[in-house]
Amino acid sequence: MTSDPPIDSYTPSEMMAVAAARALADGLVCFVGIGIPSLAANLARQLTAPHLVLVYESGAIGAKPTRLPLSIGDGELAETADVVVSVPEMFTYWLQAGRIDVGFLGAAQIDRFANLNSTVLGSYDSPTVRLPGAGGAPEIAGACREVVVVIPQSQRTFVDRLDFRTTVGFGDGPGDRKRLGLTGAGPSLVVTDLGLLRPDPVTCELTLTQLHPGVCLDQARGATGWALAVSDDVSVGSAPSKLELKTLRTLQATTGDTT
Amino acid sequence: MATHLSLADAVSAYVRDGDVVAMEGFTHLIPFAAGHEIIRQQRRDLTLVRLTPDVIFDQLIGMGCARKLLFSWGGNPGVGSLHRLRDAVERGWPNPLELEEHSHAGLSARYVAGASGLPFGVLRAYQGTGLEGRSDSMASVRCPFTGEDVAAVAALNPDVAVIHAQQSDREGNVQLWGLTGVQKEAVLAARASIVTVEELVEELVQQPGGVVLPHWVVGAVVHVPGGSHPSYAAGFSERDNDFYLQWDRVSRDRSTFTSWMKTHVLDVPSPIRPST
Repeated sequence: MTSDPPIDSYTPSEMMAVAAARALADGLVCFVGIGIPSLAANLARQLTAPHLVLVYESGAIGAKPTRLPLSIGDGELAETADVVVSVPEMFTYWLQAGRIDVGFLGAAQIDRFANLNSTVLGSYDSPTVRLPGAGGAPEIAGACREVVVVIPQSQRTFVDRLDFRTTVGFGDGPGDRKRLGLTGAGPSLVVTDLGLLRPDPVTCELTLTQLHPGVCLDQARGATGWALAVSDDVSVGSAPSKLELKTLRTLQATTGDTT
Repeated sequence: MATHLSLADAVSAYVRDGDVVAMEGFTHLIPFAAGHEIIRQQRRDLTLVRLTPDVIFDQLIGMGCARKLLFSWGGNPGVGSLHRLRDAVERGWPNPLELEEHSHAGLSARYVAGASGLPFGVLRAYQGTGLEGRSDSMASVRCPFTGEDVAAVAALNPDVAVIHAQQSDREGNVQLWGLTGVQKEAVLAARASIVTVEELVEELVQQPGGVVLPHWVVGAVVHVPGGSHPSYAAGFSERDNDFYLQWDRVSRDRSTFTSWMKTHVLDVPSPIRPST
């Protein structure tokens, strides 16, 4: 174990996962996508939110995995769940009916109104990169009471115009969610490797509200494909604690282990 | 009425070139062995259907079995891209692949409508997304009671559904448990079905959360222990996560993929029905 990274330094991705975990209050019912959302939700459950109810679209409600699952189908999710339901039931009785507090999503691209692309890069009919597609994301973002998005911030991900709109955040702006019949309140927070963004209550446009330690405003502006709105009082978050880092790294090191 | 068959006979009898074939398994109980038999029998021009096409669909697509894919999320879960799917979509290898995509909610509503004998299903979906209008199996419909506009999706009735389950008895009653996905709906929506099972038992004992499909809605039952590997069958095996991680390397390159398929699928004899 000589190659352990030092506990007093951390990567931007680790900062992003820790910041996302901190955003989840204890007791919430959270619809979790695989990848960073699952990592962050399990980190939160181990550290600050032991009563977080994890819902995986594979059918596990109230999953309590001790190790991080590689996929949403890992056996431990079903074995530790309060209840296991079929996929049609998950998307109707539980999600569509509005029983989930927070939808926790990633994406390949995001725009200023927190709309998401996870379908293609390039044109739909002749894509340069074919991404996995919608999965559960459009309805998770539509029906959960609020949505938290986790996505690294760069000119490639924070784009002026999505290559494809897989999932509606605030559509084209104020009033669009209601017009489209989306029942949840939409994105409340975007966590990146540079800081936090929240939608402006009037314009719905994502606004930088917090920077991670050591990140400057110009960095965030340079990593955004539009003129980034910035809050008048941007705060600076705290670095990951030793406990947060240690727990995060243990989770990552044992991802998908079945023994 | 369910018939016990060998895997080769079941695929030969139930899967024809050009069929719409649903092979379900939402991250569990994925019918790999049946998929391999379809590859060995060189079925062509299939429309493959699944909410979450993963490695078995990557193999079917890379081996030229599919003309079209109807799906909602295509990837190697927790690992990344399906390289054979991407090669077919991005570069037309080994043949172009038509895509029709929904969300999970929409595609599962299509199965439910199909299983229910309804012409369409309703849900809140698609409005404002780029998916809207890309498929003639989705539309908008006005609620006759409230006036609200909701999404309508066409019923899906595949020619054949293929699933893997834990148990069957002699009559061909089938039971599956754990994460049961959308398999029940797929079998009930399809015109015919093949169910591969881990074990044959004298009598089915109802499991907690177990889904039982009576023999009179099942077509062929095939005893294939381990038939979902590298996926798994709760109570029998664990997901082979290392395989999924390694598939990323195997599938990246056309020739590595082709030689892997020859060694591990084409040159492997179809499983013989274990004696009972």
